[in-house]
Amino acid sequence: MSKDTATAAAGAGAMHRGTLYSGIIVALVAIVSAMALAADTRWIYLLVYVWFGLAYGIFLQYGRFCMASAVRDLFAVKVPRMAVGVMIATALFSLTAAFVNVAGYSTFHPHPLGWHILIGGLIFGFGIIFTGGCASGSLYKSGEGNIGSMLVLFSISFSQAIFVDLGSWSNAFAPASWEASAADKGMPESLSVTDGWFDQFMAGYVWDLSGGTVGQWLGTGSAWVNSFLGNAVISSILPVLAIIVVLYIWAFRKGYLRREKLENPGLGDELRGIWKMVTSSKNTAIAGLGLGVFAGLQMWVTGALREHYGIFNFGELLAKMGYTNGLTIQYTVFDPGYWYITTQEAQFAGWILNGMGADNMDNVYFGLTNGLPNPLINAPLLMSLGIILGAAMIALVKKEFKWKVPNMETAIFALVGGALMGIGARIGMGCNVGAFFAAVTNGDLTGWIFLAGMTLGGFIGVKAFNAWMEYRASKEDDFAL
Amino acid sequence: MGIKFEKVDEGDFLLDCCGYVCPHPQMYTKKALQKMDSGDVLTLRFDNPSSGESIVAMCESEGNDLYERDEGTGTYVWKIRKG
Repeated sequence: MSKDTATAAAGAGAMHRGTLYSGIIVALVAIVSAMALAADTRWIYLLVYVWFGLAYGIFLQYGRFCMASAVRDLFAVKVPRMAVGVMIATALFSLTAAFVNVAGYSTFHPHPLGWHILIGGLIFGFGIIFTGGCASGSLYKSGEGNIGSMLVLFSISFSQAIFVDLGSWSNAFAPASWEASAADKGMPESLSVTDGWFDQFMAGYVWDLSGGTVGQWLGTGSAWVNSFLGNAVISSILPVLAIIVVLYIWAFRKGYLRREKLENPGLGDELRGIWKMVTSSKNTAIAGLGLGVFAGLQMWVTGALREHYGIFNFGELLAKMGYTNGLTIQYTVFDPGYWYITTQEAQFAGWILNGMGADNMDNVYFGLTNGLPNPLINAPLLMSLGIILGAAMIALVKKEFKWKVPNMETAIFALVGGALMGIGARIGMGCNVGAFFAAVTNGDLTGWIFLAGMTLGGFIGVKAFNAWMEYRASKEDDFAL
Repeated sequence: MGIKFEKVDEGDFLLDCCGYVCPHPQMYTKKALQKMDSGDVLTLRFDNPSSGESIVAMCESEGNDLYERDEGTGTYVWKIRKG
């Protein structure tokens, strides 16, 4: 057998095994789902999260959909591919979200507008340069067997859980006005809202801010006009078109004109160039389309299930089913009803710390808003697991799965960058998905502020990374030929 | 295990980024290509799939010729001729 044939045979064998493993994953998820439904049909609410997670994982890996790459590659290597993909997904999800909103099944709540969004985005954007992936990117890369990305997830989880429950020492960093305002809220004693920086930040600052959607501001009385014109066209599609033109001029046009040998391009040439940029990575565009459609569908299905069970939050359903451990004092749990990443990771670490004896239900974040449910019944957390499994499935089929053990540099970058992402996400009220993607597409303009912060943070991060590369090259001489 | 960049022969370079995730492979590839002359060949080894997408786009945009792609085992060995 020649060398080529041997390689081809080995490749075919690997593909067969990968497809088999991938099939086993689906079969296992299907069996566990069937068992859960046999025990109680109301678990369907949780399973919707799991299966949508699988779908997101498949699309994310297929399109290598990573918002860290969107920001980073633009500044680091001037490649607009991912930024364009994110913009396509944004425009499409805004349309499906508008449809869901008109149907009355939207689960979205606008974020309060304030400086914290810009600052949180900046810290988050700086962190993602060093971790090699955004919050959703780190999930799909974990599914590719990347242990460094798993460290990022670990770090995002624990940094958040610790940050939202900082002790009394952190009070010194909160302005007196926050403490006074938090005390005025009349919150139950058990939450001790005037103790701890994050509680004062939430109860004394964020709660005093307000937000809304473009549709609400239009207030035309027609749900169609408010949703499609306000939330989709004005909040998402017009900014997306503007950004695509800027990306074309700044990062694509020069190379395109050279390749096409165009010296005096007319408007038609420029439009063809923009189209070429948009379609230059088909995988990313298809992933953007898929994510946009599925994210809208998930809101729809969850909204319909809430109506069916007569609940506003999964916590009520869990309580009816007899699971009250880890619910907030309002009998709720974190249950966004759409694609979300970071909060459930904070809950995961918070739950572990709680089990180790930490008294972390006495804060606003876990005690009042999100709860600390057992990971096995934490629906959004199982969606994240679904994303990892979905990404693993397609990576196995495409023969891209490989266990990758990080070296010391990558591991330290993962832990430090992940911690910055966790802290940034909590200050900015979400990650690239919750604070940007899900926000702007539902008419909430604060998402663009988060993106602006994230872009600026990414720009500074790339500068810092370059400086690190130079330093290493000068020190170790391994790159100075 | 660090990133290895070495001159194998006249006009023939090797960059090994295995074990590194984004953004190392694409940023080091860019840096390596900057250090090479037009017509030189870079053999690039990496195992982070998403970096590949960026490297393809980068080569296309800068006029470098990515003429050989050996993949399928989780490790990618690509050859790029600087334009």
